[in-house]
Amino acid sequence: MKSAIKPGRFLILLVLCLLIIASGYWAFDSAADREEGIRRGLDIAGGLYVLMEAVETEGREVDEDTIDRAITIIRSRVDELGVAEPVIAPQGENRIRIELPELEDVEQAREIIGRTAMLEFVGPDGQVVVTGANLVQARAERQMEVSVNPFVSIEFDRTGAELFREATQEFIGQQIAIYLDDEKISEPVVRAVITDGRAIIEGDFDFEEAADLALLLRSGSLPVELRELESRLIGPTLGQRTEEIAVYAAGVGLALVLLFMIIYYRGAGVMAGVALIFYLSLVLWALNYLPTTLTLPGIAGLILSIGMAVDANVIIFERIKDELRSGRTMRSAIEGGFQRAFRAILDANITTLIVTVVLFVIASGPVRGFAVTLFIGIICSMFTAIVLTRLLMRLAFKAGIIRSGAYMGVKV
Amino acid sequence: MINFIDNRRKAYLFSLILIAAGIISLAVFGLNLGIDFTGGTVFQLTLGEDFSMEEVDKALEPFEELEGAVIQVVKGRDLTGAPTDEGVIIRGPYMGEDRREAVMREFQDRFPRMDLDDSREESVGAVIGAELTRDAILALVIAIVAMIAYITYRFEFKFAVATITALLHNIVIVLGVFSILQLEINVPFVAAILTVFGYSVNDTIVIMDRIRENIKHRKKSEFAASVNQSINQNLMRSINTSLTTLFVLIALLFGFHYFIGSLDLIVFIVALILGVFVGTYSSIFIASPLWLNLQDYNLKLTRRKTA
Repeated sequence: MKSAIKPGRFLILLVLCLLIIASGYWAFDSAADREEGIRRGLDIAGGLYVLMEAVETEGREVDEDTIDRAITIIRSRVDELGVAEPVIAPQGENRIRIELPELEDVEQAREIIGRTAMLEFVGPDGQVVVTGANLVQARAERQMEVSVNPFVSIEFDRTGAELFREATQEFIGQQIAIYLDDEKISEPVVRAVITDGRAIIEGDFDFEEAADLALLLRSGSLPVELRELESRLIGPTLGQRTEEIAVYAAGVGLALVLLFMIIYYRGAGVMAGVALIFYLSLVLWALNYLPTTLTLPGIAGLILSIGMAVDANVIIFERIKDELRSGRTMRSAIEGGFQRAFRAILDANITTLIVTVVLFVIASGPVRGFAVTLFIGIICSMFTAIVLTRLLMRLAFKAGIIRSGAYMGVKV
Repeated sequence: MINFIDNRRKAYLFSLILIAAGIISLAVFGLNLGIDFTGGTVFQLTLGEDFSMEEVDKALEPFEELEGAVIQVVKGRDLTGAPTDEGVIIRGPYMGEDRREAVMREFQDRFPRMDLDDSREESVGAVIGAELTRDAILALVIAIVAMIAYITYRFEFKFAVATITALLHNIVIVLGVFSILQLEINVPFVAAILTVFGYSVNDTIVIMDRIRENIKHRKKSEFAASVNQSINQNLMRSINTSLTTLFVLIALLFGFHYFIGSLDLIVFIVALILGVFVGTYSSIFIASPLWLNLQDYNLKLTRRKTA
């Protein structure tokens, strides 16, 4: 029994450990990729986050349907801007959350997403003759002469064209005002009856503004007025620097943890280190392939779950040492230690899991991100401590790496 | 073996002083709530050149609402340690979209080399902050009830009471310290408090598990010795776990402080470090002895009833 290291078993253990370390490297490498890796929240990756609330105005009630329609319209506006991976989602009963990573023109995006864009043609008697709801096309155009402002040409559907024909017939020689969100933008004089449903909107705008207006008119007016509750615009390099530093610092911290474990628990510490690398690759893999987003509060959850993963190994090793001190052999100490540690790890982890579930259900936004990451972390840590550390310890014992208490730093 | 049980009164007194100081400070000074709670606007602008405070003040002059704004200069470093461009953080009341845009434009005009990619502009309405606090407190209350149920089921009610008391003790102390230091807190702080919560639960339950195991075949009169034995058996684990967690946290603290200089992140890590200390302390000195006191109290009650 007290013979030297068994080469065959040792080789199996070594290959297993190297495989785990290699998979750890792979998991880290693919998770760290900013394009394909873990989806970063806007607080890390940068971008624009806007939370809007639908405001009830007379005759315009806010319900699920209006919010859904508003979301569809905002999405079509954002799509025209060509933003990659936008998030436009309802939050609570009357709110809409918009997350736009990698923006080219922030001002334009903000101008466009929240604008009601209610277009109205009003006759001289104050009656609305036709609205943007009957519009099929809107395009920004400009003339060769510099003196002429760019304008938006629009085209009505059949009902709209009919309404417009009637109005131009009735008010010939008079002015028809064009309002956008209750603001008068022009007031042309009707010179002839317009039967083809085409009109132009002139105003005091440059070509870019005309293009934005055309975009808004094409995507339709929002069924409800939206008010900004929260807006966060974070530059991409700002978050990137934070992430880089956090990754380096966490790396240094983890290296210290591994060093400490190896010095304190010797051979068992090496096994714990391998288990910890496995745990990290598991978490990174889960964060990478599950539909989750990593935010700064999420990183807090991650740190806590790393602490709990180390804790699980420490609990196990201290239990094994206890068993050794009470005179058991290494083999039975490993089994006894795991058995006794199991209940403590289970109860502590389940209690914390309960907290994460409650937080996930009740809270929203940043607290939710924390809960998700911690939940994933705890599941991975329990699995690693209970299954992998045990397997590694058994293998290490059989390979002759940890033969007696002295190999774990116990003086017998 | 260290005698924790006979000295528990000293620990109780120490904790009571900390808690009293914390509560008084919370009542008198409150917490220094950031815009995530109160609503408001923050600009962090990397100006891309050397600048004086006067230049910043001049840029802000046209904006009356920013008259009382708090202005802080930030200095960061890149990974080679070379200092990066200086910037400013301006904290003011809530401003509408067009006003914020006007501020940005003013700064862009005055500092043409301003790096927009390395800047941020955040604006939060007051409603949001109130909701954040309400949701977090509601979630914690429900989490506590659920935990009491689980611990009562797996252990017993007195264990649950002792664990939750230690937990609240930790949170009050961390909040108290932040109130005394008047460090500004924002969303990351909420995450830190939740982390302290989770860390404390984990730390305490493991000791409670030892006690549960050690009292199994003991008489009630020997419980004091059993609790003391449990704490001692668990001591190396408590120390090693908090040490290893501190390794990671201190590395992050150094990194954020030296390279980024962002107060929000530093506050976040400081809260976590504090939480690890308080969490470890309370699970050793408060939670387990408290369980013993509850046990004794119960014993007295039943004796009085039978007498």
